[in-house]
Amino acid sequence: MSTRVTFRPALLRLLAALAAVALVLPGCFTDRQNEGQRLYAARCAGCHGANGQGLRRLMPPLAGSDYLQRHRAELPCLIRRGQQGPITVNGVLYDQVMPAHEDLTDSQITNLLNYVHNAWGNRAPKHTIREVSELLRACDGSDGR
Amino acid sequence: MPRFSFLRTVLGLSAASLLLLSACQSTPDKPLPIYGGEEIAPGDTVYPRIPDYTLLNQDRQTVTPATFAGKVYVSDFFFATCPDICPVMQTQMLRVYEKYKDDPRVGFISHTIDPSHDSIPVLRDYAQRLGVPTARQWHFVTAPRDTIFHLARIYMAGVQLHPDAPRGVLHSGAFALVDPQRHIRGVYDGTVPDQVDKLLADLPRLLAELPEAPAAAAK
Repeated sequence: MSTRVTFRPALLRLLAALAAVALVLPGCFTDRQNEGQRLYAARCAGCHGANGQGLRRLMPPLAGSDYLQRHRAELPCLIRRGQQGPITVNGVLYDQVMPAHEDLTDSQITNLLNYVHNAWGNRAPKHTIREVSELLRACDGSDGR
Repeated sequence: MPRFSFLRTVLGLSAASLLLLSACQSTPDKPLPIYGGEEIAPGDTVYPRIPDYTLLNQDRQTVTPATFAGKVYVSDFFFATCPDICPVMQTQMLRVYEKYKDDPRVGFISHTIDPSHDSIPVLRDYAQRLGVPTARQWHFVTAPRDTIFHLARIYMAGVQLHPDAPRGVLHSGAFALVDPQRHIRGVYDGTVPDQVDKLLADLPRLLAELPEAPAAAAK
């Protein structure tokens, strides 16, 4: 009887601890995992389209875009500082203003880029955060986070 | 006993679906509301009309209410360098445009709220990039800013100056549906696809109000 009384709270505590871990762990990982997708939906999809398709000849596409390959090293700064003036994507000349994203951290820019690089049929190697931070130094845009 | 409750469920569900169905059927019969009505005396309501205006479109043609005589038209407010809601709005407006392309009974008008930047060549380029080659059906218009802001209030598109907003202007993505009597018959959030579905459902109801062979007098 007495063993049962002491055993039960211990077991409960263990179970509670396991449950807490089970709750917290996916919270950490899935959140980060989908960060790129969530940022894309919130910051980019308005102009570039929910599926990266762009908008006619007004907004350039990101799905199947040759610009992403040709300007891979410039992409972190393009997101950080925005973009102005004519650019050619898949042979079409676009001339719109893309706003800067000064509030994003280096790691958010990394997740965003990695999402775009591998969504909608895109297949490109992923950036590491360290690589993105280094590329961001070109525009003095690394926040080191 | 279980059989009775099952029967009751079936009966209840069919009664509910009948009610729903009749609700669907009765809506098209009811005319669309007229916005902004003011009851000046019991049973006597006056409805505001879109006032006279003179604007210039992307083909450098004058646009006045006569441009839309006998037509139904959809209005919005945008600017060419707007980075957030405008592309979303224009994507949705394109859905309506594609559906009524070449239908002489339906017109479109997009007002720039940034006339200092959006010159006629800018508007023309913007329209063409959207896939609107001429102003025959969809007018991208400019006017002095006060004129545009005044019209924005009338078309319920809530435009205001704001120092922190892009190009210094805040605006809503409202689409207004206007009838040939220059009454607003529907207002929709052009950034929300469901709302534009509603516009697409309301438009034929308004077209049904037009007399036969309506476009003969226009142009």
